[in-house]
Amino acid sequence: MRALPLILAAGLALLALAPLAAPYLQFVLTVAVAKGFAALGVALLLRAGLISLGHAMFFAVGAYAAAFLAQAVGINDFLLLLPFAVAVSALAGLLVGAFLVRYRAIFFAMLNLAVSMVAYALASKLYSITGGTDGLRIDVPTLMGMSLEKAQFDQALYYISLVLLAVVGWLVHRYLKSPLGQALAAVHTNEVRLEYLGVSAWSTLLAAYTISAALAGIGGAIAAVAIGHVLPEYAFWTESGHLVLTAVLGGIAGIAGPFVGSIFLELIHTVAVGYAAEAWNLIVGVALLAVIFFLPRGLFGLIESAAGVKDHRGETEL
Amino acid sequence: MLQTLIPLFVDALANAALIFFVAVGLTLVFSVLRILNVAHGSLYSIGAYVAASVGLWIVAAGLPAWLTFPALVLSAAFTALLFGPVIERTLIRWTYGKSEAVQVLVTFGLFLILEDLQRMVFGVQSIYADTPMALLGISEIGGIVYLNYQLALIGLAVAVLIGLRLFIRRSRTGKLLAAVVADREVSQAMGIDTNKMFMIAFTLGVLLAALGGAMATPTTGVAPGLGADTMVLAFAVAAIGGLGQVEGAAVASVIVAVAKVLAIYYAPALDAVAPYLVMLAVLLVRPYGLFGAGATRRI
Repeated sequence: MRALPLILAAGLALLALAPLAAPYLQFVLTVAVAKGFAALGVALLLRAGLISLGHAMFFAVGAYAAAFLAQAVGINDFLLLLPFAVAVSALAGLLVGAFLVRYRAIFFAMLNLAVSMVAYALASKLYSITGGTDGLRIDVPTLMGMSLEKAQFDQALYYISLVLLAVVGWLVHRYLKSPLGQALAAVHTNEVRLEYLGVSAWSTLLAAYTISAALAGIGGAIAAVAIGHVLPEYAFWTESGHLVLTAVLGGIAGIAGPFVGSIFLELIHTVAVGYAAEAWNLIVGVALLAVIFFLPRGLFGLIESAAGVKDHRGETEL
Repeated sequence: MLQTLIPLFVDALANAALIFFVAVGLTLVFSVLRILNVAHGSLYSIGAYVAASVGLWIVAAGLPAWLTFPALVLSAAFTALLFGPVIERTLIRWTYGKSEAVQVLVTFGLFLILEDLQRMVFGVQSIYADTPMALLGISEIGGIVYLNYQLALIGLAVAVLIGLRLFIRRSRTGKLLAAVVADREVSQAMGIDTNKMFMIAFTLGVLLAALGGAMATPTTGVAPGLGADTMVLAFAVAAIGGLGQVEGAAVASVIVAVAKVLAIYYAPALDAVAPYLVMLAVLLVRPYGLFGAGATRRI
């Protein structure tokens, strides 16, 4: 158990050093960390046994919020874009969640899907606001008022993302250890008992849903400025499916799992594009099935086993 | 206004017919297996690709053009027999009794695999095989021109709906399926081979999806991404009607198609949003769909 924090710290240090060894990895890893945030949000809900097939919407909301503030309003400083994007996506999560957390199982999944497809269709149709299928472009933002070259900004963005990963990851960890977070797993184990204990499943889930939307918003904002372009496809349902896939691939046990899954996928993607670009989905699909069949705790479960973490009392498997 | 709306509604009903095939397959599989098959849309597009390829081959080989009609149905049957039993036997059967999250993920994995397999086998170019539509020609009623193929589609959808009803109510296999839907354990205890029923239901679901795809090819053609688009539409229709409700799927596909037409007429920007808005509105009021009975929540 003690080995785990060391492994996590080593992993983070490795991430920080990776671009020095291979500069082209920086962009790949920035996007991977961004998607990891969204996958972490999905993983939170998975702990409660709820599968969302619409979480790419909140990723898109974060990205569009950042793009909108930067282009339409003209406030283009990353340290303002990020909180704004997170606030907007958290608010969206609160509103949508207030309706959706009453539902369970397949109905929860499908309602999320429906809402996200409404968002997708609106983003591609409302040309005057969202730029339609062309999307919105973001110029390189300033950083605390300093205007940077694209290359400098990308480097700064990467290290900001890593700091966010550590800070937000620790906060989410605290949340999961808190009574509110413990209640989340209890929704999955036995919802009736939870309500008999006097804990409202609805507010427990609404808190989790809002947090998960905010996490997806962080990812969306990072991805938007890293890529410099926001598209409606960010909200398409297959993207939501990929987020769930990423979370499960990495493992939903801890904070690190979704990031491990996301980085793993992006790295493999970078390699696979050269050899088998047209078989990419095939590879991911087979990998997903293999993980579900053989590694119910995900890739991070492997790391944990190596570190001597044995038992999570069944709460970290699907 | 009626003069402009009537052709639009015929168009809508023809679309409804196509959506109905897919959605009823999805809903049928869900009612018997209790699994929402996320790869259902891919089976629709595979059916479409097979039908289009066979149709083009028939024309290229100089065979009689009327052969393209039976070819549509036979392609769907071929797709169903090729994929249905294999997928149910291996992937789907493994997920029985697992959580919904696992079931959705396994079928999503299958969706990803099938999407790429289609690209490898059929390429990324759009395929058009409109011989059947050209053969049937047009007819003029009250000064309005209709595509006969669209009228035929509507007729076929009604026939499939009645056929399914009769199959479930009257035939022995259909009654056994209904028994499995009503109570899986009791029917197993009564000696019904539930595994066989699951395979039959799943293959029938694939057949309906592939039939929808095959029937769609003469009007729209096939291109990559069709499966993903169809999937959400089928979800929406099946959910509006109530998952597991055959008649519900029929009514819902008409509602969705009409909503789309009204959106195109009154608010063109909203036409793509219409199906999902209807779905949201219905599900927020009736979470189990218009016709779904559904168990109430445990608390």
